[in-house]
Amino acid sequence: MTTEARRFPAEHEEDGRPAALTAADRRALLRFMLMMRTTEERALALYQQGKVPGSFYDGRGQEATAVGPAFALGPRDRACILHRDLGAHFVRGVKPGPVLAQMMGRAGGVTEGKDANMHFADRRVGCVQMVSMLPDMALVACGLAIAFQMRREPRVALTWFGDGATANGQWHEAMNIAGIRKLPVVLILENNQWAYSTPNELEFAVDPVERAAGYGFLGEKVDGNDVEAVFQAAAAACERARQGRGPTLIEAETMRMHGHGAHDDMRYVPKEMFAEWEARDPIRLYEQRLAADGVDVESVSQSVEKEVDEATEWALGQPMPEPGRATAGVFADTDPELGDGEAPWSRWTDEHA
Amino acid sequence: MAEMNILEAIRSAMDEEMERDDRVMVLGEDVGKKGGVFGATDGLFAKYGEKRVLDTPLTEGMIAGAAAGAAIYGLRPIAEMQFADFVYPAFNQIVSEISRMRYRSNGTFGLPMVIRMPYGGGVHGALYHSQSNEAYFTSTVGLKVVAPGTPADAKGLLKASVRDPDPVMFFEHKKTYRLFKADVPDGDHLVPIGSAEVARPGKDLSIFCYGYMRTCALEAAETLAREDGVEAEVVDLRTLRPLDRATVLGSVERTGKALVVHEANRFGGFGAEVAATIAQDGFEHLDGPVTRLAGPEVPGVPYHHDLEEWFMIGPAKIVDAARALAAY
Ligand SMILES: Cc1ncc(C[n+]2csc(CCOP(=O)(O)OP(=O)(O)O)c2C)c(N)n1
Repeated sequence: MTTEARRFPAEHEEDGRPAALTAADRRALLRFMLMMRTTEERALALYQQGKVPGSFYDGRGQEATAVGPAFALGPRDRACILHRDLGAHFVRGVKPGPVLAQMMGRAGGVTEGKDANMHFADRRVGCVQMVSMLPDMALVACGLAIAFQMRREPRVALTWFGDGATANGQWHEAMNIAGIRKLPVVLILENNQWAYSTPNELEFAVDPVERAAGYGFLGEKVDGNDVEAVFQAAAAACERARQGRGPTLIEAETMRMHGHGAHDDMRYVPKEMFAEWEARDPIRLYEQRLAADGVDVESVSQSVEKEVDEATEWALGQPMPEPGRATAGVFADTDPELGDGEAPWSRWTDEHA
Repeated sequence: MAEMNILEAIRSAMDEEMERDDRVMVLGEDVGKKGGVFGATDGLFAKYGEKRVLDTPLTEGMIAGAAAGAAIYGLRPIAEMQFADFVYPAFNQIVSEISRMRYRSNGTFGLPMVIRMPYGGGVHGALYHSQSNEAYFTSTVGLKVVAPGTPADAKGLLKASVRDPDPVMFFEHKKTYRLFKADVPDGDHLVPIGSAEVARPGKDLSIFCYGYMRTCALEAAETLAREDGVEAEVVDLRTLRPLDRATVLGSVERTGKALVVHEANRFGGFGAEVAATIAQDGFEHLDGPVTRLAGPEVPGVPYHHDLEEWFMIGPAKIVDAARALAAY
């Protein structure tokens, strides 16, 4: 790591962080991670039954990396969420029912059957929808940050991207503008070791976290399977961004425990790698930690199970989308509604403004 | 003769060209050890090694640009875009560098290179894995654009593209990859770039198509013959640019009616060029309005099965359009 990147933990302490997580917060972190895993397992089963069209992509093993950063956001912050971060949608307030309906392309899904699986976002909870082209959204996040900065709003745009995506020129464009303008943007690199079949060593010659210094801002590596570690790093980065002290790149080291998509046989992944990372499963680790602190983790998982059961039933009851509506929404047909959404779990108060 | 599907035909074309010519190399995302996400390059890495089969990072701009550089200095690259949808980061390289190199260097540099791209819908890929974006490339002077619809054409045209002195955009409809098997001639089978094929002769109207639409048009033609006694001539363009004007106009001269079919949306689509060519140069043979049947005006193929069905052009829609035209 470069000196710039290494300086980060010291500064982290100066910030007066870590933000204290309450017992309720910690249960919520577990709950969101479980919600992600349970919903994705359910969606995979629906896929295997032929109810999810096309292919199916999930973030198994990456739940902490998805949930931790999202939990650090306030309701006025904005999230540009990627394909392996379902948990982030849940943190923002999306419910599993519309997600499952989305995956099946049903009318009750977020995009009413127009766009696929994880290509959705609920604007009402302050999220922006991904496109497949990686990492296009990193630039979009910078644009949100430019708007916040221009209006002097202490808000953060946070986005995720994979290790593979850091090779693409657009990633470098995003890093560059973020550094030049000290944008209030938090960039979460989910290093899950693989870009489809391509391993890290064929993606970059230098660990991407070290590039942050080259673009003029802080880079930090965290254990991406430790949800509190990811949360703390993201919370400190968000705070810095809100104070006008610029962007942060956080590299969360994790592992894609499933194939690139459900169709992928993963022949190219050495078997020992799965065993090694399975032992570091973010949910099991956190359950053990909370259980040791006296939290009733069983009741959390039971309530998630129940909610996802109900959500599945609801989603399966949703009608198929109406082809007659397929042409709607190419251009605005009314004055588009402006303004920002409310998020349900808020730590934001207007005194922050 | 060997029976193979389009994917196998493409693989064997690359294999034969690499075997024949040491300068031929392959580059793209996941094309090496994995053999490509559709399996088009399967086996090439094992056979030709990592120097000739390059697994690249997720960088389409680099794939196209570096292929161009390699082509200038003596190699014959076959670049793969994982999906045609992902070509956009490479668009600048293709339009600014690749298409213009020969002209602006006054013939000093040429770019013998191929960019292969799986395109098209019908596989529940939704907006970002289903695009038919050929018109961006057919409207760019300096590129050749090919879109085969049969295994024999896929093989023969890809081999011809590798040997072509200029850059070729090679569109492979992903729905056709394993759709059917058909005979492919043995030996060094080449199909010249720039030649269309009358896939089915007919006297009542002409259907112009390419890629997956060939299969749909042929099926539609059978229905028309059976149910309406209408004999449709199906012309598979195979190469979009340069367009085989002689075959197109010859067909219109025989039938007097033209239906141009593609999956990409209609406005400004490649069909407009075919239709305008017929309207201007085949005018005296026309016995009905030159008609286009194309994808609807939405920004992409939507996801859910019912919406995708609504979007896709298939035999039934072709039959309807042909009936209306035949009745004119
Ligand atoms: C511009 C672009 N090129 C190619 C692809 C095809 N593709 C989809 S995901 C993927 C690998 C992505 O790897 P990474 O960025 O590490 O994210 P991960 O899927 O591992 O989370 C590729 C090559 C794409 N989505 N976008």
